[in-house]
Amino acid sequence: MRIPCPYCGERDLGEFTYGGDASKARPAHGSKGAKTWGDYVFVFENPKGPHVEYWQHTLGCRQWFKLKRDTSTNEILGMEQ
Amino acid sequence: MAKGYSVFSILKHALWPETVWPEAWRKAEPKPNYDIIIIGGGGHGLATAYYLAKNHGVKNIAVLEKSYIGSGNVGRNTTIIRSNYMLGANTAFFEKSMQMWEGLSQELGFNLMVSHRGQMVIGVSPGQMDGLARRGNTMRLNGIDAELFDRKEVEKELPYLDFSKEARFPIWGGLLQPRAGTVRHDAVAWGYARAASALGVDIIENCEVTGILKSGNRVTGVQTSRGKILSDKIGIAVAGHSSHVARMAGLKLPVESHLLQAFVTEPVKPMVHHVVSWGAELFYLSQSDKGGMVFGGHIDGFNNYTQRGQFTKVKEIMECAVTLIPFMARLRLLRHWAGIQDMTPDGSPFICTTPVDGLYLNGGWCYQGFKATPASGLTFAHTIAMNEAHELNKGYELDRLMNGAALDEHGTGLRDYRQ
Ligand SMILES: Cc1cc2nc3c(=O)[nH]c(=O)nc-3n(C[C@H](O)[C@H](O)[C@H](O)COP(=O)(O)OP(=O)(O)OC[C@H]3O[C@@H](n4cnc5c(N)ncnc54)[C@H](O)[C@@H]3O)c2cc1C
Ligand SMILES: [Zn+2]
Repeated sequence: MRIPCPYCGERDLGEFTYGGDASKARPAHGSKGAKTWGDYVFVFENPKGPHVEYWQHTLGCRQWFKLKRDTSTNEILGMEQ
Repeated sequence: MAKGYSVFSILKHALWPETVWPEAWRKAEPKPNYDIIIIGGGGHGLATAYYLAKNHGVKNIAVLEKSYIGSGNVGRNTTIIRSNYMLGANTAFFEKSMQMWEGLSQELGFNLMVSHRGQMVIGVSPGQMDGLARRGNTMRLNGIDAELFDRKEVEKELPYLDFSKEARFPIWGGLLQPRAGTVRHDAVAWGYARAASALGVDIIENCEVTGILKSGNRVTGVQTSRGKILSDKIGIAVAGHSSHVARMAGLKLPVESHLLQAFVTEPVKPMVHHVVSWGAELFYLSQSDKGGMVFGGHIDGFNNYTQRGQFTKVKEIMECAVTLIPFMARLRLLRHWAGIQDMTPDGSPFICTTPVDGLYLNGGWCYQGFKATPASGLTFAHTIAMNEAHELNKGYELDRLMNGAALDEHGTGLRDYRQ
């Protein structure tokens, strides 16, 4: 798989570090309830299809960025803000 | 249907090849309803159906498999079995599985080629040797076989490892579990399928579950590519697709789906007599009966369902192979493939009831579901039949992470690839 870095262009997967689901929202500071925090830490959306996620170009410009990928094909669907 | 296999039946079919082998299990058509439906015809689903019929006397069971039997991870793994666990529920559970392997070929009437060739875990630092000694002691206290080896003793048994002065990760010793070894994985699928079918279980291939039907908080059946099938007890045993199928019932799981690759080289003469695992990186290797080196390492490291491994990981695993076993550099790779694994945060599985009535989960197997197959089937069958955990799977509840009861045994949970 090749990953499009917004600064360096398309590079080999081996240059990147994966950062996981970027759509997960951290519960508001001070949120109550073990379940709220437990779900945030442990439960994953894990869709078979489009997934917005973090990557870092570790062996390049070291920038973190977000992109959308189809987890059933690994097709890159585009960059995210 | 095949009655039993014997020397005579093999001879007969060898001498008269035109006599066709009878099919090993019935090709069943879906009925409108069942007492219990198992989704997923891998090792775990088939074993569960077998023990439901055998131990709990359930007559009307279907196993729904979206593809063919053996197409999933049960036919993709590196076939290693061991019971060198030391945390909570794991120790007794995996040892039970090991004991079940010991008589399973006879019970199923199918040669699983269970080979107790021993597994040697190589330690590459004094700290690791302390860790291995502790693991070995815990195992022995639980009646499980374990022997600690120093460097010289390892060199005597496994002389082909890199014992040179230049070795990047000097070998300090190892922990051997003599009863660990390998099992012919496709035979496990076929053996359980055949034995379950003989007890009346309907094994329905090419039948993908596309929806789970509910009335209120209770399951009532499934929607499939071959129509609607009703049942008020449904067990999920779909390996890498646990999240995908659980979502059909409105459940989200502490699971992410990742690829694990496996590799086999061209066959060579017998050289590696154990399963070898390495402490410097996650790496494990054995030599198949055909002579090929069968090996693997870490998951690819980003969630996906493609079942096609990435080249980056191929390179990394080859580096491990050559670093630990220099002769590997001279072998040619014959094949490699990938399977979709459901990774949990602590690296341990779930065999449990769920918040949905009548819905049961068997998943989150990470790297280790093959060796677990018999005990997984036994305890999942119990959980479904009795609507509560068996003594052995009490630690595998869905809420253990939230309750602070994680079982982080080997540091192989889904977070650990992101050091
Ligand atoms: C490369 C690799 C190496 C491994 N090495 C080892 C090892 O050495 N030792 C060890 O103990 N473990 C190992 N494992 C793990 C082990 O193989 C798995 O944990 C175990 O096989 C999973 O259980 P299963 O056999 O039931 O899975 P599977 O055989 O994958 O069965 C699940 C079945 O569910 C079906 N399915 C999925 N979705 C649906 C649906 N919607 N409807 C109907 N059916 C569906 C699939 O088609 C599949 O056949 C390895 C795994 C991989 C990928
Ligand atoms: Zn870059």
